[in-house]
Amino acid sequence: MLTFIVRRILYSIPVLAVSSFLSFFFVSSAGNPVALLRGNPRISQNTIHNIIVQTHLNRSIPVRYWYWLEDVFTHKLGNSLITFQPIWPDITRTLGHTAQVIIISESLALILGVAVGIFSAIKQYSFFDYAFTSISFTGFAIPVFWFALLLQILFVDIYLHWNVRIFYTSGLNSPGQGTWSLDRLQHIGLPVIVLMTASFALYSRYMRASMLDVINSDYVRTARAKGVPEWRVITRHVCRNALIPIVTVSALNFGALLGGAIITETVFQLDGIGFYFIQKLQASDLYAVMAYLMVTAVLIIVFNLVADILYGVLDPRIRYD
Amino acid sequence: MTEPSAETPPVRMDLALPVADATVEAGLEIKVRSQWTYARMRFFRHKLALIGLAGLIIIFGAGIFANWVAPYSPTIDDLNHLLTGPTLAHKHFFGTDEIGRDYFSRVVWGIRTSLEVGVFVAVVSSILGLVIGAVAGYYGGLVDNILMRITDLFLTLPFLAILLTASALLGQGNQWRFSYILAALLWTGIARVIRGVFLSLREKEYVEAAKAAGAGDIRIMLRHMLPNTLGPVIVNGTLAVATAILIEAAASFLGFGIKPPTPSLGELTSEGQTNPQQWWLTVFPGLTIVLIVVCINFVGDGLRDALDPQQRRIRA
Repeated sequence: MLTFIVRRILYSIPVLAVSSFLSFFFVSSAGNPVALLRGNPRISQNTIHNIIVQTHLNRSIPVRYWYWLEDVFTHKLGNSLITFQPIWPDITRTLGHTAQVIIISESLALILGVAVGIFSAIKQYSFFDYAFTSISFTGFAIPVFWFALLLQILFVDIYLHWNVRIFYTSGLNSPGQGTWSLDRLQHIGLPVIVLMTASFALYSRYMRASMLDVINSDYVRTARAKGVPEWRVITRHVCRNALIPIVTVSALNFGALLGGAIITETVFQLDGIGFYFIQKLQASDLYAVMAYLMVTAVLIIVFNLVADILYGVLDPRIRYD
Repeated sequence: MTEPSAETPPVRMDLALPVADATVEAGLEIKVRSQWTYARMRFFRHKLALIGLAGLIIIFGAGIFANWVAPYSPTIDDLNHLLTGPTLAHKHFFGTDEIGRDYFSRVVWGIRTSLEVGVFVAVVSSILGLVIGAVAGYYGGLVDNILMRITDLFLTLPFLAILLTASALLGQGNQWRFSYILAALLWTGIARVIRGVFLSLREKEYVEAAKAAGAGDIRIMLRHMLPNTLGPVIVNGTLAVATAILIEAAASFLGFGIKPPTPSLGELTSEGQTNPQQWWLTVFPGLTIVLIVVCINFVGDGLRDALDPQQRRIRA
């Protein structure tokens, strides 16, 4: 097991190196960060020249990549080429906010999805089953941005018509409110609902399928034949095994979740890492975009690794060697 | 991707399988049916798929014949009716936007854009994925290794972020440039499916037999293996249309996909965000996307059931 983990981590280093170089090559060859500065009449040619030399923009891309890499390790992802501010504080701040939203929405999605999946499988082809099947199919087909927008419009209207504030529709906090306040919950409530819906649809379908898989297996029939009470069969024999694929699915869902976060945070103007990425992309702030790509790449690799490890721990049939 | 139909003589599926099934019908007459006939019969048994197909014909038909269906030009402003709600009076079925453009017409033209992007991306990424997946699955070795490493690279980066970055830097808001970028990012999924199928087909006896008979690699791949992968390719290709339409809408909504003046459903939805009081600006383009995607998913489901040669439930 330990060799497996070490090997996976060692393997992910070249993968990260190649993907970072490719993204760097691609991002830097397509965007010119000093174009904006050149358009500003208050900045002299001399200053621009100094900036170009200081940030090595006059060098070839592989050389710039090397300087960038040095910055990433020695100066925590380095400075922005547009604002000359360090990137790291922005990343940690926004990532924290995104983490809060994602953790709450994923927990809710997992709890609800697993519960609905279990009941749909036990009562297969019942009204409950059909109702939630339709709900999750709609969940798959509804574009995230549209759903977010509908909720935003709905709650803006509720506020305007009845002057009731259930959820705020943009921003992260009212002035003077903290990270763990009712005010914060009212702000992140709608983003949480949006992100939760997509994940919920996925998890409930997977849970239902894997429950049905297990329910029809031989050892479940044996357990029933032995006279084990039905609820015990379900909780002890079926659910335990049916939950294993959910672990993998939820870990592999992480990349899609980050994509959903980009859209949701942009709609609700939430100061998360997805919104940060969109703003930096609009400003063609190359190193900030690179920082986002690298941070998310590391996170995705970590989550994939965790999924593999958990799978091995939970399912003794899987052996890594 | 063309629909599988019995009219066009298919790439000969019967070569791969034993003689096509024959069913005794009405007395002693024997009717020979090809795999495609069975597939078509199974597809037409699938009620949801038929509903989906009908829906697609209506929606995409409106897009294709946008010139005739749309009552107004999508770019002409009607200054007497700014931000009017949906009304039959002036044929503003979906209302108008803030400079008085007819929203129904814009949605209809947006459908055409979505259709073009969806079909183009699905076809290009299917062909790319088919060729690369087939080579990787058949030869294994270096090509296979490179393919799997590329897939690894794609899997480490958040898809949407890569797409948005690529589109921001290279897309210029142009519909076709965006489609090329999307196709270039989407082929890996199909390539992996095809690789899997080719890996398992490579070991089949009939491939061995063809080899023994002296058939070349290209011939084996094209005549013997390819027909057996058409099922997954068609199903994946159909679903890729829906995926491409959804992703295009999301990217255009965020401002990194197709930019005005080309009407696109995602970009139309984003106009709703600037006027949250005018609900029709958000509801109609979004609802159109949902309907398109649901219909395509139904058709994809039907095709999956119809093209799986393991199933031969139909006794008709």
